[in-house]
Amino acid sequence: MSKNTIMAGLAVFVLAVLSPFWFNLITTTQAAPKPELLGKAATAKKCVLDKYNMRAEHMYLLDVWRNSVVRLGDRKYTGTNGQTFNMSLSTGENSCLGCHEDKAKFCDSCHNYASVSPYCWDCHTNPKEIK
Amino acid sequence: MNQRYLIPLTAVFLLFLLAYTGVEGLGLQVVFGVLIPYLAVAAFLIGFVIKVKGWAASAVPFRIPTTCGQQKSLPWIKQNTIDNPNTSAGVFVRMLLEIFAFRSLFRNTKAAFNRHASNRLSYSWEIFLWVGALAFHYAFLVVLLRHLRFFTAPVPGCIQLIEYLDGIVQVGLPGLFISGPVLLLAALFLLSRRVLDAKVSYISQAADYFPLFLIIGIAITGIAMRYFTKVDIIGIKELTMGLATFHPHIPEEVGGLFYGHLFLVSILFAYFPMSKLMHMGGIFLSPTRNMANNTRAKRHVNPWNYDVPIHTYEQYEDHFRDKMIEAGLPVDKKE
Repeated sequence: MSKNTIMAGLAVFVLAVLSPFWFNLITTTQAAPKPELLGKAATAKKCVLDKYNMRAEHMYLLDVWRNSVVRLGDRKYTGTNGQTFNMSLSTGENSCLGCHEDKAKFCDSCHNYASVSPYCWDCHTNPKEIK
Repeated sequence: MNQRYLIPLTAVFLLFLLAYTGVEGLGLQVVFGVLIPYLAVAAFLIGFVIKVKGWAASAVPFRIPTTCGQQKSLPWIKQNTIDNPNTSAGVFVRMLLEIFAFRSLFRNTKAAFNRHASNRLSYSWEIFLWVGALAFHYAFLVVLLRHLRFFTAPVPGCIQLIEYLDGIVQVGLPGLFISGPVLLLAALFLLSRRVLDAKVSYISQAADYFPLFLIIGIAITGIAMRYFTKVDIIGIKELTMGLATFHPHIPEEVGGLFYGHLFLVSILFAYFPMSKLMHMGGIFLSPTRNMANNTRAKRHVNPWNYDVPIHTYEQYEDHFRDKMIEAGLPVDKKE
């Protein structure tokens, strides 16, 4: 192969490897979302898990809840702080979205940032949208 | 037990522990999360460029394509234009198939004594290395591209599409990405070949085992973080975005497992240019594949032929004409 072809290929490769750097230079970079507690959640001060466990484990917990509710009919969950919760994502006052009222802030901001598209909302609806 | 794989295995363990204890015990997040990744990328790029430039500078004086089919011949003999190409178009298709489908590995054979009474050495087609290599390379590519979600915000649609297709089975939460287990299983298969097959084990060195253990370690730590121990993904993305935008940021509550993973990846990057892994660049430059077999149609002159003082027949005859005529030898010019 001719030297020019090799150098051209090498240049393309180097650009590809450096793409995370120059891509963020030429596009506007979205800042990391700052989690904030709104509405009822701000005053309740009680959640099923503590803050960092919640961030890391919530999807696993929801999966366990789904199996528990759908397969076993067990709808009660006792959190680490001793409080009992209704195992539900979106139904009733005592559910996830019953307390964290703003889905866009509570769910979507981080999911969008991390490019996660969970299929929760294929079946569930945001209670705010029903009215 | 064989020290050719025990030493690399121990090395990978120790490297992981180094990062894990460095972060958990000594609080060296800045070293393992910022400094070493930057150094590793620099080492990777500089090493890669030096290596390829070295290869580009070396002479390829001969046309040495491996011919795997009928070469161009008389018009009524059918040529195999891909396996024995005589045009650049044929070479292009050949290289495309080599790079994307590992065509030469597909022809892999194994030698073994057959089990009949004759006990003769026989060669048979062995496809599993090709299958394992294909699974391994494509899974690794998908894993690598998927990780670009940590270096872009908002994440481009093409990367989201890859994630969607990779997670299409929708098993568990967080959803299973097929490429993860495929990468781990394929790497374990390639490792088991080297350990269990006596003929492959015999020619395997530490430099063959080390990248395998390293990649297995990376896959295990990655899978552990996603499916088992779980990590604060937003915190990790803040770190990686900090690296990509040159505003380093160390998140709280991101544990040693992540730094162990990142350190093993950094080691892989830094080690890449000085290892067998350079076949990534080398495959494009293999002269047995990227040359057209046209030695009969075209004259290829050795590029480093220098001017040799030559003595042509005319000069010879001028020199000895009288003596040749005297001896009765035939000459071109009588006078």
